[in-house]
Amino acid sequence: MTLRFASLAAAAVLMAAGPAMADLVVPHLSYRTGPYAPNGTQYADGFNDYFTLLNERDGGIGGQKILTPECETAYNTEKGVECYEATKGDAALIYNPMSTGITYQLIPKAGADQKVLYTPGYGRTSAKNGKVFEWVFNAPANYWDGASVAVKHMLEQEGGDVNGKKIALVYHNSAYGKEPIRTLQELGEKHGFELMEVPVDPPGQEQKSQWLQIRREKPDYVILYGWGVMNQAAIQEAANIRFPMDHMIGIWWSGSEVDVQPAGAGADGYKSLTFNGVGTDYPFYDDLKTHVIDAGKASQGGQYVGSAVYSRGVYAALIIGEAIRTAQELAGSPEIDAAQLRDGFEALNITEERMAELGLPDFGQPIQLSCENHGGAGMARLQQWDADEQKWSLITDFMEPDAEVLAPLIEEDSAAYAQEAGITPRCG
Amino acid sequence: MEQLLYTAEVVVNGLMAGVMYSLVALGFVLIFKASGVFNYAQGVLALFAALTLVGIQQGQVPFAHLINAITGSHLEHFGWTVPSLLAILLTAGVMILLALAIEKLVLQHLVGQAPIILFMATIGLAYFLEGLGDIMWGANVKSLDVGIPQGISETAEAWTAQLTGYGFFIDRLDIWATVIAALLVAALVAFSQYTKQGRAMRAVADDPQAALSVGISLRFIWIMVWSIAGFVALVAGIMWGTKSGVQFSLSLIALKALPVLMLGGFTSIPGAIVGGLIIGVGEKLFEYSIGPMVGGATENWFAYVLALLFLVFRPQGLFGEKIIERV
Repeated sequence: MTLRFASLAAAAVLMAAGPAMADLVVPHLSYRTGPYAPNGTQYADGFNDYFTLLNERDGGIGGQKILTPECETAYNTEKGVECYEATKGDAALIYNPMSTGITYQLIPKAGADQKVLYTPGYGRTSAKNGKVFEWVFNAPANYWDGASVAVKHMLEQEGGDVNGKKIALVYHNSAYGKEPIRTLQELGEKHGFELMEVPVDPPGQEQKSQWLQIRREKPDYVILYGWGVMNQAAIQEAANIRFPMDHMIGIWWSGSEVDVQPAGAGADGYKSLTFNGVGTDYPFYDDLKTHVIDAGKASQGGQYVGSAVYSRGVYAALIIGEAIRTAQELAGSPEIDAAQLRDGFEALNITEERMAELGLPDFGQPIQLSCENHGGAGMARLQQWDADEQKWSLITDFMEPDAEVLAPLIEEDSAAYAQEAGITPRCG
Repeated sequence: MEQLLYTAEVVVNGLMAGVMYSLVALGFVLIFKASGVFNYAQGVLALFAALTLVGIQQGQVPFAHLINAITGSHLEHFGWTVPSLLAILLTAGVMILLALAIEKLVLQHLVGQAPIILFMATIGLAYFLEGLGDIMWGANVKSLDVGIPQGISETAEAWTAQLTGYGFFIDRLDIWATVIAALLVAALVAFSQYTKQGRAMRAVADDPQAALSVGISLRFIWIMVWSIAGFVALVAGIMWGTKSGVQFSLSLIALKALPVLMLGGFTSIPGAIVGGLIIGVGEKLFEYSIGPMVGGATENWFAYVLALLFLVFRPQGLFGEKIIERV
């Protein structure tokens, strides 16, 4: 609630006076209400707390304070677009709407308004192609990368051969959940596994039919692309039918503590992909404690610090922060506009050393972007839930996705979008 | 033979799912039957009841975030936990207090207004309660454990395997839900048939003016009905909350109750049960047989198609009373 009051106050100040030209405005489209609030709240807290730390400890970035006026979308596409329209004034630099549905609506708008759209781990996968999607970035990984890394893990588990295996994709029946289908079909052709598609209509509390089907057809693995209550219901139903949990792999949006805790001991061994570290065992959290939590400035008192989704919010803010810093260096001025921020993203180079400097060693993969590559290397790793300890443990190193399969798909999908939107590919 | 067994398993599970829908539908029926009001807030009542139950059980400080924000304190928990049964009783008490407050602050001021006004008031109530639940107990997902077991019933699996050669999946939670729903319906029917208050409730439902003229207090009846509906919401909240955690999407289970009401009728308790069973079996069978041909995920919309089909032939629902208005 502290955060909400603070955000409202920040928004009111913004509306009344407008940001000072020197402020770095990052409108924060979040959702703390509605069926997806449990995850949305944690992500929003992490996102805010990172920028609060920069403001409190460093005086912002390059001496410029970062403002994150929050606008509630309730994970609703119409509300998300309203939030964008209400906040896109000249000073707004970048949007991270945390919803694939909202992202699809904002892609043409952000291009027309020349605002950066940053969709880490979600949104339109082919936005990785910077030649077509000038204003959109989705590093460090996208949905197709996730599907490919999940299959790679299965290959490792099966001694390099999944020929003849059956893999069920249990997915949120929405733009988000449908994203990996084509990739998995292509990977199925390459590796010889059979793909079984199992859609679940949102919100997804009732999944009896889907899991009876899985019980009957006995797939070797289940890949879960869920969100909100769909995750909790799916993991519970999987435990109910005694599906081996270490053969169930969720995308990173199906890998938070709130997804597994309701199933209790039944969720033990469940795996999910992730592209960020979890827990508070990083030097960064010492600074966060000193400057933000103990100072009483943490979002909602810092109750979610270190959780999987909170950490992802921190990571998203970190990447935006580094892109701003890069943009300031390129511009030779701490005051930047959205076009300069886009240039900063395209020159972004976050090395392992830089992550260590930021107090988050081995928290994320190195990220190097360019005009052509807006999605980074697309690596992901696996974490596994320990129900006794009530925590995630990282069980693999970062793994690269199968570029041989993904690159042509990205080229094809982005070319189709370019034709549809009348975009001439850039980057020479 | 194998297909037949699979179909039988789908039917059994459809019946069980139908019971879970009926638990939600019952609350709607009670309030509509007694006051002619379609209570849009019934799903949120289930959420509010479940949130309150978990909060009491875990010794959570209500409004902790608000108190902390104002006073700068760091309150979270009282430091105790409350046994499940006592927590359920205390939550039922909270639901009675909530019914009193709703009657005093909302319904009392709308006596004699058109049903649509009362319906609009329940929409406002739904959003208010959703916000109140958030402020009181927080938005995170909470595990609910009142001792009801979950997971496959190994007895049923072994028994069906012995009988047919194929072990059926039957969730123990669903078995419990069926028993609890049966007890709840029996208690509700007994209450409305054999108690003075129950008869008064039926009298108000039949003819409010006549009931008032013989001294029945409309105020008392409304408080009583909303309290009972609150208790039914608590039962539904416990079952659905145990299934997938207590969280704000729990209020959306009302969407599952609507086709049940359309089919069973808005005024019949047995109708809510039979309607739930038909919807449960119908949607599961459709998903099993036709779903794979049309890409799956048919249940949400097919339940409404099924209800609409019944409406065409019987607009008042299977067990609803035909409303005849003479001019």
